Amino acid sequence: MTSTTDAATGRPTARPVLQVGDRVFVNLTRGAGVLLLVVLAGVAVFLIAEAVPALIAPSDELPGGLTLIAYIAPLVFGTILSAAIALVVATPLGVGVALFISHYAPLRIAQPLAYLVDLLAAVPSIVYGLWGAAVLGPASVGLATWLNEWFGWLPFFAGPVSATGRTMLVAGLVLAVMILPIITAVSREVFRQTPKLHEEAALALGATRWEMIRMAVLPFGRSGVISGAMLGLGRALGETMAVAIVLSVSGGVTLNLISSGNPSTIAANIALQFPESSGLAVNTLIASGLVLFVITLLVNAAARAIVNRRREFSGAN
Amino acid sequence: MAKTVDVENLSIYYGSFLAVEDVTMTIRAQQVTALIGPSGCGKSTFLRSINRMHEVIPGARVEGRLALDGRDLYGPGVDPVGVRRQVGMVFQRPNPFPTMSIYENVVAGMKLNNRKASKPVLDELVEMSLRGANLWKEVKDRLDKPGSGLSGGQQQRLCIARAIAVQPDVLLMDEPCSALDPISTLAIEDLINELKTEYTIVIVTHNMQQAARVSNYTGFFNIEGTGKPGRLVEMDETRTIFSHPAEKATEDYVSGRFG
Ligand SMILES: Nc1ncnc2c1ncn2[C@@H]1O[C@H](COP(=O)(O)OP(=O)(O)OP(=O)(O)O)[C@@H](O)[C@H]1O
Ligand SMILES: [Mg+2]
Repeated sequence: MTSTTDAATGRPTARPVLQVGDRVFVNLTRGAGVLLLVVLAGVAVFLIAEAVPALIAPSDELPGGLTLIAYIAPLVFGTILSAAIALVVATPLGVGVALFISHYAPLRIAQPLAYLVDLLAAVPSIVYGLWGAAVLGPASVGLATWLNEWFGWLPFFAGPVSATGRTMLVAGLVLAVMILPIITAVSREVFRQTPKLHEEAALALGATRWEMIRMAVLPFGRSGVISGAMLGLGRALGETMAVAIVLSVSGGVTLNLISSGNPSTIAANIALQFPESSGLAVNTLIASGLVLFVITLLVNAAARAIVNRRREFSGAN
Repeated sequence: MAKTVDVENLSIYYGSFLAVEDVTMTIRAQQVTALIGPSGCGKSTFLRSINRMHEVIPGARVEGRLALDGRDLYGPGVDPVGVRRQVGMVFQRPNPFPTMSIYENVVAGMKLNNRKASKPVLDELVEMSLRGANLWKEVKDRLDKPGSGLSGGQQQRLCIARAIAVQPDVLLMDEPCSALDPISTLAIEDLINELKTEYTIVIVTHNMQQAARVSNYTGFFNIEGTGKPGRLVEMDETRTIFSHPAEKATEDYVSGRFG
């Protein structure tokens, strides 16, 4: 090994000595990191450059004669609402399935089940969309009617009930099924890695299995569950085909989940409108894409902040 | 309150593998009983059968009788969860819950038993348990800091505090000092000496001096060869085991002429 010295002063520099293998690896990882940033920056630059014409154009030239904000706001609302439904349904379900696989089911059942859940991730989203529109939608009408009857006082179930079932509720549920595998897979892996040491510590105190899970497994897996949920949320926010097929769209912002008048989502709207658009309309769609990009970034930043908040207690030390 | 453990013809299996065969012994209340023997002879296995922790491993089971003050711990309708609340355990590697503060670690067991305990009651319990584990002075100003931020020896005393906070009848310790430095080891040994006035203590150790220092009774386990079951060779007062044991194998082992 040669020790490096600073040519100007002749003193040893503070640079650590690196083996060739390490140096190659450092450069490879650094290269990959830089590449990622370049791609991300490229996407951002493209979105901004293409969105600018829509940002500066007078509103009467934009599609529908609306201001840009009035055009995009319902889409943002629809995007966030559908993704939120998906997350609220899929996270507890995914965590439950993951716990069942990692801590309850005998190996004989756990393995096929884990495989099955992974398989769900491989189903193309268009298939989910068709399933949602053709099967889940019509099947949901009964449930929606029931919800409307008993919980109609909640704004979510105010009705009138859609006869086709192509509602925000069904779109959210389809998205939930789509993000279930990723949440389950990530949670399952972290739950499985809970140190035996801590599980036994809980059991030796006289914890039941569920109490052991609450004391040792869930706190340990917390950041993993959040990561899984955020990955799922990212997919739900950006999902295009399934929503485009399922959701019956008529624009307005509403919390009503079971009627036929729903706001679209950004991604679905782009997919549906893009083929027939030209000129400023394209710029408008790209501007909405820019908004989706920002939302996704914010979601990731928020997730990171949550994971870091109790880092001291994370067990990583 | 400290209780006596009576073991009669206890054999322990992992699936079809017989790990420990036919152990009969009495573990006296308010005494420290040390279990010694070569690696793999089933000391940990036997210790874990006293609070049914071995049942965590699929396929592990026992035959024979094990009674706590006359009550059969393996009787029909006995819940292992209840047994573990009466028979506490300290492990080889300190294992405070990393996501919990020092305070939360100490009350963790109490929270399981009695969810509605009020803050002053818990505060008192924390102080009492940490004092009992000789840790109070070192941590009283940082009870809300994570338990994993303590030194190894402090973590092990925190685990002892956590175990005694639920006031068990028996305290099991599996090589509690093997991951610790000599000073921390001494601190734990002193602690064991104090705790025996209130608890029945069983400690597994590979350190002969430690067994001689802390225990009143010593049981020597041995194994004839790999794949053979471990057996209790003899059990007697520690003084007897280390000066003139009845068995030649025991004498060889405690004097270091083993093998
Ligand atoms: N989880 C397990 N599954 C199957 N066999 C096991 C398991 N744990 C221990 N054994 C076997 O049981 C026997 C006794 O092991 P045990 O851990 O009780 O020994 P020990 O006396 O505590 O050893 P050491 O002093 O090294 O800790 C060994 O043959 C071991 O291989
Ligand atoms: Mg052992």
